[in-house]
Amino acid sequence: MQIYLPIADLPVNVFLVLGMGLAVGYISGMFGIGGGFLMTPLLIFIGISPAVAVATVSSHIAASSFTGAISYWRKRALDIALAMMLLSAGIVGTATGVWLFTELRALDQLDLMIGLSYVTLLTIVGGMMIYESLRAVMRTRRGMPATLRRPGSHTWLHGLPFKLRFKRSKIYVSAIPVWAIGFVIGIVGAIMGIGGGFLLVPMLIYFLRVPTATVIGTSMVLTLVTMASATVMHAATNHLVDAVLALILMVGGVIGAQFGARTGQKMRGERLRLLLGLLVFAVGCRFAFELVVPPDDLYSLRYVTGG
Amino acid sequence: MRRFAVLTLLVIACSAQPAVAERLVVSLSNHRVAVTSNFIGEQLVLFGTVEPDPVSSPLRPPYDLVVTVTGPRHTLRTRRKQRILGIWVNADSREFVRVPSYLAVLSNRPVNTIASQDTLRRLQIGLDNFLLPQRIGADVADTVRDDPFRRAFVRLQSQQGFYRESSTAVTFLTPTVFRTAIPMPAAVPTGNYTIDVELFAGGTVVTRTNSALEVIKTGFEQYVADAARDYGLLYGMATALMALLIGWFASVVFARD
Repeated sequence: MQIYLPIADLPVNVFLVLGMGLAVGYISGMFGIGGGFLMTPLLIFIGISPAVAVATVSSHIAASSFTGAISYWRKRALDIALAMMLLSAGIVGTATGVWLFTELRALDQLDLMIGLSYVTLLTIVGGMMIYESLRAVMRTRRGMPATLRRPGSHTWLHGLPFKLRFKRSKIYVSAIPVWAIGFVIGIVGAIMGIGGGFLLVPMLIYFLRVPTATVIGTSMVLTLVTMASATVMHAATNHLVDAVLALILMVGGVIGAQFGARTGQKMRGERLRLLLGLLVFAVGCRFAFELVVPPDDLYSLRYVTGG
Repeated sequence: MRRFAVLTLLVIACSAQPAVAERLVVSLSNHRVAVTSNFIGEQLVLFGTVEPDPVSSPLRPPYDLVVTVTGPRHTLRTRRKQRILGIWVNADSREFVRVPSYLAVLSNRPVNTIASQDTLRRLQIGLDNFLLPQRIGADVADTVRDDPFRRAFVRLQSQQGFYRESSTAVTFLTPTVFRTAIPMPAAVPTGNYTIDVELFAGGTVVTRTNSALEVIKTGFEQYVADAARDYGLLYGMATALMALLIGWFASVVFARD
């Protein structure tokens, strides 16, 4: 069944898009991430322009992270104070990202920028995750505990001024790295059309030492607000959010996420992280391949006015 | 009597410019293409006849017919990728200023066999002869037809079905009755289209006529597209709210455990 997308200006198969929503939703539920880094490339692959894909996916992630945030809220597994702190910087980051997005689009370099950021971010993060989780898997093989507890291990980040206490997460850190992380996630999310969950969770764990009990819930709140505001800002400045496409993706995504979450709960943490790392790395390599290999067509068109 | 003579002269002077012997009568199957949610493209049919004008004057077949359908004008940028530091980057670009977003040249035989190159160029008949002005520095001008950007532009537009030149699209059912199909691809640009019909005999234009059609988004699509363009902020908020509602709804429906 074909449906015409009013903003993307092309007809797509409803079941194909719904299926993509389900599949990405399943993966996102399994790993507790938004899944934007998978959805955006998939949409580009079926012919939707990168700009529309990035802008639309932000609303899709807002939906799935809201579902997640509610369930973590019920379990009292999120740190509102920390989330608010990250958010104040996250919104500024998102606004900067949307502005950068508009500028790059005018310079015809948006596609390149999206491609480059995917390559660098995904291969590095993916590589680190694979390395870390492989070591964890090795340790369990040898009968040791999977995760190394490093209590009280402080980095230079903990020496910075403006210290704040976050009660629920039981951490006492400077506001500077908290703001920096929020800001970076905001920018990255707006440009790449990703919620940044897969980036934020490791950052919170490694830099701020947020305990695993509150980290995912907190990250979901941040993702929710940055992505909801990215939707509004992309719609207001670039008019690129396709509500029809977003609706189909959301419906598929939230359903898929429920089943994914059940699968995820049955798997061991380090195995799960290894799988996610491989996935992230593979998507990164796919983008690298595209940048390096000579394109089929050197030329491309873009509407300057109208259209 | 004298007044009558003057009147007659006046009528002749007004109506008949160089003594035209043919008249084109055309009819389009549909003057409005509605792009709805299940729009997958459409074909419009143009019928027409060649009539003697005035009625008693002789016809001079064989005729050739060229139908040029021009869509709403937009400015597009053609970009060329180049390898810089090992990666492929959009390096060079040209802007095509106010060029048709849709251009179909339909004829009964290849246009370059219908008339001389000069005539075709003057009448802008055929994709090679249609003016596609590019912004080159401060100037806006069409280039030679072999210009790589122009060729790439026409090729890309043709790949999407927006530009086409077909030398078999016009069929003469009798020496004076013809029909042609105008294909509208699924992603057809919305706006006003003009249809120019030119009748050739012996390599020169003997008469011409035109018609028009309109491609509009209707119903829900139009509503969404308008809202996104005119009320961006409100539209964004509505979309964000929709996201929250669906997210909340899912958590309620699946909140068993």
